Amino acid sequence: MTQIIAGLIAGLVFGIGLAVSGMTDPAVVLGFLDVAGAWNPALAFVLAGAVIVTFIGYRVVLKRPAPVLAPRFSLPAATAIDRELVGGAALFGIGWGLAGYCPGPAIASLAALNRGTLVFVIALLIGMAAVRFVRSTRARPATS
Amino acid sequence: MEAFYPALLGGALIGAAAVLLMGLTGRIAGISGILGGLLPPAPAEDRGFRAAFLIGLVAGPLAVLAATGSSGIGAPVSSYPVLALAGLLVGAGTTLGNGCTSGHGVCGMARLSTRSITATITFTLIAMATVFVVRHLIGGN
Repeated sequence: MTQIIAGLIAGLVFGIGLAVSGMTDPAVVLGFLDVAGAWNPALAFVLAGAVIVTFIGYRVVLKRPAPVLAPRFSLPAATAIDRELVGGAALFGIGWGLAGYCPGPAIASLAALNRGTLVFVIALLIGMAAVRFVRSTRARPATS
Repeated sequence: MEAFYPALLGGALIGAAAVLLMGLTGRIAGISGILGGLLPPAPAEDRGFRAAFLIGLVAGPLAVLAATGSSGIGAPVSSYPVLALAGLLVGAGTTLGNGCTSGHGVCGMARLSTRSITATITFTLIAMATVFVVRHLIGGN
C-alpha cells in the first residue's frame, strides 16, 4: 500500500513537471526537434534540469543501503549496446518525430480528453504488447 | 533566458519525481517500462504501483490547471493515421530498446549509463531527422 501511495505521489510530481515544462504540447516538442526550422531550444532546458537534479539526487539516495519502502534498489544490469537497444531507439525516434509524443507526455495529455491523444496511446499500447508477445514466444538468445 | 524558466523548472520537477521514486521504492522512473508491465502477456506483479504512478501522471496537468488556469496540454498536431503510426512505432521501439525519454533520457543519463546515453542520442537524432524529412523534404505534417 505504501508503494502505491509513493507511486501516486511520484507520478503526480512527474506529471506536474511535464505540464509545466511544455512537454505536453506536441507543437513545442516538434519545435525542439525541428533544428532546420524555427528551432525552439526549450526542451534542452527540460532535459538539462531533469538530468542535473536526478544526477545529484541519485548520488544522495543511492548511498543508502536500501530504499525507504522496499528491500533493495532495482537498477538495470544490462550493459551491452546491442541491435535491440539501437534499433528500438531508432523506431522510437521516428515515432517521436512524427507526432511529437513520447510515452510520458502522451499519457499525461490524456487528461485533456483529446481524441488524437487517445488514438496515439491506444496505438502505443498495441505496439508495446506486440513486442512483448514476440519476446515471450521466442527463447531469449543469451547474446542478444 | 526567462523564456526557458518554465522548461528548467518543469525539468527539475521531473528530476525530483525520479529521485523520490528511487529513494522510496528503488525504481527507475521510466514511463514505458512502468506502462509496459501492465500489458499482456505476463503482466508484472506490482500492477497497483504501476497504475497508481500513471494515474498520478494524468493528474499532474489537472493540478497545474487548478493552480494556474492552464493545463499546459497542447492538442496533437498530426492526423489520426500519423498519430496511430507514431504510437505503434513509439510503443514497439521503447519496448524493444527498454526505455524512452524518461528511463533512458533522464534516469539512465543521470546514472551515466552507456546504454542510455547511446539510446538517447539515437532517438533524439532520428527524431530530428524525421522532423526534417516531414517538414522540409516532404513539406507537410
